[in-house]
Amino acid sequence: MEKMPKWADVLLVPLISLLLAGVLSALVILAIGESPGKALWIMIDGAMGSKYNWGYTLYYATNFIFTGLAVAVAFHARMFNIGGEGQAMLGGLGVALACTYIPWPHWSLAILGAGVASAAFGALWAVIPAWLQAKRGSHIVITTIMFNFIASALLNYLLVEVLKPKGSMEPATGKFPEATHLPNFHDMLAPLGISFSRGAPANVSFIIALLACVFVWLLIWRSRLGYEMRAFGHSEPAARYAGINPTKMIVISMTISGALAGMMALNNVMGEAERLVLNATEGAGFIGIAVALMGRNHPLGVVLAAILFGALYQGGAILAQDTDIPVQLVLVIQALVILFTGALDNMVRMPVEKFFLARRLGAAKAKKEA
Amino acid sequence: MDYLTLLQVLDSTLRMSTPLLLACLAGLFSERAGIFDIGLEGKMLVAAFLSGAVAFVSGSVWIGLLAGIGGSLAMSGIHGLASITFRGNQLISGVAINFLAAGLTVLAAQSWFAQGGRTPSLTGAARFNAIELPFATALKDVPVIGPLYYELISGHTILVYVALAVVPLSWWVLFRTRFGLRLRAVGENPAAVDTAGISVVRLRFTAVAICGVLTGIAGAYMATGLQAGFIKDMTAGRGYIALAALIFAKWRPWHALTACLLFGFLQALALRPDVIESTLHIKVQVQLLDALPYILTVIILAGFVGRAIPPRAGGEPYVKER
Repeated sequence: MEKMPKWADVLLVPLISLLLAGVLSALVILAIGESPGKALWIMIDGAMGSKYNWGYTLYYATNFIFTGLAVAVAFHARMFNIGGEGQAMLGGLGVALACTYIPWPHWSLAILGAGVASAAFGALWAVIPAWLQAKRGSHIVITTIMFNFIASALLNYLLVEVLKPKGSMEPATGKFPEATHLPNFHDMLAPLGISFSRGAPANVSFIIALLACVFVWLLIWRSRLGYEMRAFGHSEPAARYAGINPTKMIVISMTISGALAGMMALNNVMGEAERLVLNATEGAGFIGIAVALMGRNHPLGVVLAAILFGALYQGGAILAQDTDIPVQLVLVIQALVILFTGALDNMVRMPVEKFFLARRLGAAKAKKEA
Repeated sequence: MDYLTLLQVLDSTLRMSTPLLLACLAGLFSERAGIFDIGLEGKMLVAAFLSGAVAFVSGSVWIGLLAGIGGSLAMSGIHGLASITFRGNQLISGVAINFLAAGLTVLAAQSWFAQGGRTPSLTGAARFNAIELPFATALKDVPVIGPLYYELISGHTILVYVALAVVPLSWWVLFRTRFGLRLRAVGENPAAVDTAGISVVRLRFTAVAICGVLTGIAGAYMATGLQAGFIKDMTAGRGYIALAALIFAKWRPWHALTACLLFGFLQALALRPDVIESTLHIKVQVQLLDALPYILTVIILAGFVGRAIPPRAGGEPYVKER
């Protein structure tokens, strides 16, 4: 017997978790002497109040869709990929190398080439921990954390010592050639007669992110490989008994996961900055964890959660501009969302399950008496 | 490199190792009891902020230390609630704690002191000051041993000596007491402990609380000993290095000391690139020194140099049979 209806599992539980996180965040805002209502209004307005603001919200959301999908794919094979940050950094390196050293004739070819490079670099950074987990038994969480720090040191070295143009003081690559410039929403929508803010960074890689969602959905629920990954995630002994190779599952799921995280660089490095700077990922790899948890590891849920977090990031930035509330409020909200949808899931889930069970028993009893 | 420079580097090693060592031993208690804790970083950060803030307001570093421990314990409480009571995912809980700490400390610091997410500088009794051990100045001029005693052994804050003392203490508690035996058993086979009539939940909460106290001291040392006040994100990945040291030490107290001294030495070297160059006559990239603890841990973890086997029930919530 199902403990509760599917809609309660998919919608009600996450919404209650979100509500709890929201209430606690409001208390935090109250505690630092600001008004939660006013803060909420500034954030909503800052995230969605204009086309320009939407452009930023969707730009952040694009990052989070990629990293959220990365965490979600790995979760299906019960791998916790906490290394999205490092994989996205390496993806940025791939994009930078592809854009700088290959003379692309047109952006449409450049995005394909850079996409392959970013995915390959991201996948490389995930496949080493995966192989170590599968063959040497080292815990994937610890290894991917270590790889985040190694990636950060590696990029620091490359940007300061190798990739920095001569005479430049800033640890960053030079500007990518004009031909690799990705069209932003303004360029894309203008031919359709829709005007969109010229300065907002949301760009064509948002479409790539949505395509990646379709790909993940097909992979997980409509392919043999996805079935094997889910089977492995549910029960390793059962999967092994059914002839599924655990090493293959760990390595493939992490490769796809790392490639998705790496492709985030299409958005932030190629689409927005158009050069590789230090710490370009800005923690987006970790937000992927919150997005995947909130979106219940489903591509549709990931898109919705990513837009929510995109709005949160953009709204939080505007809030920090307009009030005395530091931008770190966003970190607190993010932490509370991870806490309630992830670690304290049972705390929210158990009362809901009890409620539905009691109702069902009540209904059965009434039926009997009648 | 002359003798005095060596002593200076070692002296700095000892100071850099102290927060790592305290956090590493904290993780040791938690993980030996079967509770993974990647939230060491966050707990240290909370403790660093609260100890810095309260020490500034009260003017007493000891009250600051208590406040730091209190804050760290509160974080431990959340971790325990999530991973023991509600049997949630311990790793996710740790991630949440790290973000919560990174956000709350800056929010509170900005709201209380309005100095851009830091506490005002601590002076005098609001900070742990260096203790000069007896006869340090008198023996300073004795060849070899004198400078060793004066530069390296003497002249640290009390928390450095506390951290060093916690090593044998942890060993004794874990391996020579009944409580320690039970704590280790609950990390290997909680069902057996439960069968013996001992509460798994209480033991694990105790372990998580010990972890909170130790990370509290580690964080307080960051803000009131190593530096004079709290700066945002001041732990800078030390919680993760401590985690790496814990694996490096294969969850054993004395080895934790060695691992933390090694990682502290790397951090101390990263501060003195001139020393490396003059000694080795090659330029070693600072970034390589930064990454070395993590690279070493990956190698150890991969079992290329001995095998690191974590406590068997680590990360698994215990479900009592009905």
